[in-house]
Amino acid sequence: MTLSEFDSYRPPETRRRRRSVLRAPQDGFARRRRRPGAGTNDGSREMPIVEDVEFTSYYGRPIVKPPPWGHEIAAYLFLGGLAGGSALLGLGAQLTGRGALRRSTRLTALGAAGAGAVFLISDLGRPERFLHMMRTVKITSPMSLGSWLLGAFSSAAGVAAAAEVDRLLGSRLPLGPLRGLLRGAAGPAGACAGLLGAPLAVYTAVLLSDTANPTWNAARRELPFVFVSSASLASGGMAMLTTAPSQTVPARVLAVLGVGGDLAAMALMQRRMHPAEAEPLHTGAAGTKLRWAERLAIAGGIGTIVGGGNRMAAGAAGLALLTASALTRFGVLEAGIESTRDPRHVIEPQKARLAARRAAGITHDSITTTG
Amino acid sequence: MTTRPVWTDPAAEVHWPPEHARKGFFTDTSICIGCKACEVACKEWNRNPTDGDFEILGSSYDNTGGLGANTWRHVAFIEQDRERIEQARESGRRLVSLGMPQVGPPEARTGPGAAPGADAGPGAAAASAPVDVLGGLADGTVSTADPTGPGAGMGVPGTGVPGAAGVDTAPPDTPEFRWLMSSDVCKHCTHAGCLDVCPTGALFRTEFGTVVVQADICNGCGTCVAGCPFGVIERRDDGTVSPKTDRDGRARREQDVPHAGTANKCTLCYDRLVDGLTPACAKTCPTTSIKFGDHSDMVDSAEDRVRNLHAQGMTEARLYGANPADGVGGTGSVFLLLDEPEVYGLPPDPRVPTKDLPQMFATAGIAAAGMIAATALAFLSGRS
Ligand code: SF4
Ligand code: SF4
Repeated sequence: MTLSEFDSYRPPETRRRRRSVLRAPQDGFARRRRRPGAGTNDGSREMPIVEDVEFTSYYGRPIVKPPPWGHEIAAYLFLGGLAGGSALLGLGAQLTGRGALRRSTRLTALGAAGAGAVFLISDLGRPERFLHMMRTVKITSPMSLGSWLLGAFSSAAGVAAAAEVDRLLGSRLPLGPLRGLLRGAAGPAGACAGLLGAPLAVYTAVLLSDTANPTWNAARRELPFVFVSSASLASGGMAMLTTAPSQTVPARVLAVLGVGGDLAAMALMQRRMHPAEAEPLHTGAAGTKLRWAERLAIAGGIGTIVGGGNRMAAGAAGLALLTASALTRFGVLEAGIESTRDPRHVIEPQKARLAARRAAGITHDSITTTG
Repeated sequence: MTTRPVWTDPAAEVHWPPEHARKGFFTDTSICIGCKACEVACKEWNRNPTDGDFEILGSSYDNTGGLGANTWRHVAFIEQDRERIEQARESGRRLVSLGMPQVGPPEARTGPGAAPGADAGPGAAAASAPVDVLGGLADGTVSTADPTGPGAGMGVPGTGVPGAAGVDTAPPDTPEFRWLMSSDVCKHCTHAGCLDVCPTGALFRTEFGTVVVQADICNGCGTCVAGCPFGVIERRDDGTVSPKTDRDGRARREQDVPHAGTANKCTLCYDRLVDGLTPACAKTCPTTSIKFGDHSDMVDSAEDRVRNLHAQGMTEARLYGANPADGVGGTGSVFLLLDEPEVYGLPPDPRVPTKDLPQMFATAGIAAAGMIAATALAFLSGRS
């Protein structure tokens, strides 16, 4: 590129700088490096207009969007699990003749489901249209199935709880001839709620996993187990908090089983995920919540085993378990939201699975094709 | 060559009578000039409110940022240096050698779109004249062996010296830098995650095979936002449009924000389609970078175009969404990209989440059964 004869006096041109291999920086934003300006090499280079940008992504901007789900939804995840587990305990209590346990769990089931529904509706963009959820039944939409589930569960739990309230008030609800009907329906309703309890506790895991959200979607094989375990320990804890220890032995066993399941499923889940998908589960605010959830679950589990027979100790353990469950749900929800912020969580696992398929000789299913 | 997978007709799947062909876009980013006319036309036609407060993002000439509830066309802008161009060219070449789905038998193709020598395979890169570098806007005369020559700076590749057909195998010149501009839009997926997970039925498949939200049905639950693998659909929250006060103290005219609190995205101009019109963005695009038509025609011209570019040595060219076997069953909006998808902010291997839903339900069923069993166990062991 010699333009004048005097150029021969110039020192030889340095070779164009090779750029190092792209690696995603921790914050996910494209690393920038300024090109040397005028006068560095041969004195004739112009100052570039736009600074030199390297790409690992489109300016570190998100690829998938976080759903507009706030704390209300996390609270609903917790309350739905609590309601489902409690109804299941209520069914057991009803079948084994534990009156006090039956009463407290039925009341918990209705209270938690009702509060959960309020949270769910308040998080809608158009809360006044919440009944549009009932326009259709759509099996491809966990949100649709869940709405029907929640509706059916709440109705059944409502009947069972109403009977308990009436009994608590010494048959003073102005029911008239309906009282007999209510009493008669309470048993079947409690059984219905109990059987719908497990699906209610688990469907929210499918709701989260059936998304393009990198962390939730990658959790799809284990998240249902995390959620039913979390629901079990929460409802067991709640029963320990509300019911005399003499009747809570099954609740305590369920709580301990729940703790075991929760710890195991959570550990397995994080291990099987791509590191970039699992990262939001153990970093940042979500990571802190999940760490505390784990500690409190362990503490609550030990407390249940050791002090479950003591009213005060059982109450404290129950509280720890409830907090653990709530923190688990908040942590999982927030980790998913967080995983959409940095496109690295989307790009890295997707490139990895694409490369793995190609390495295995599967080349027909890429979205990128050439002629 | 593997047998080519067939496209499912998404409209027929939901029992629309076969009155209309599936409609789609082919966005050829190799001829996009980044004028953003499509963004403006879309905003105007659809009366979409502004996003935020006109902040300058400071990263490039793209200050829109991305697709969202109020932005249904987004023009990405990327500047790349020589090394990135070479990498892109190499990664495109690797796609070919991997035996990725070839877009139709080149031998069978004749007619104006087919490049002479294309059947020699892209590896030969036999750039025979005349070369259609700018999609018909320029001809072989821009070919140059000198990277500082005209056109080189703007990302127009030199094409090697056109010699006797099939003889010149010299690699094309790589320009010093290039600008990538790409108009992104809803993909109108064959298997649309947003539509699958919508609980109200607000999202529906139109007779044109596109995916549209019914604003009066949507209750803003936000499930679709999480369901879209491309980050397209978004809930139009009050927070996204906040009328700001102008510098001179006068309050800006309060914006009319239609459909607040509901999910919004490109409709492929459903209102225009039913009247037989072209979507506003395609209509306005001055370079025909955005093409609109029957989906099968779009895929065909995309395949012709990428084959042409490869024949010219532009091996960085690749199609995005033109494969019905991909994770979303192929997209209704097909793109021709000049680098890896993630460079443009597109996911490299999107997968509609509902593809795994049966397994997820099965897993959930096992978990629920486990919970019931654990409770039963608790009561049986708790008998004392
Ligand atoms: S790109 Fe996203 S919003 Fe568009 S149809 Fe596909 S899933 Fe739906
Ligand atoms: S099809 Fe219509 S709505 Fe969609 S981007 Fe184009 S102009 Fe906008």
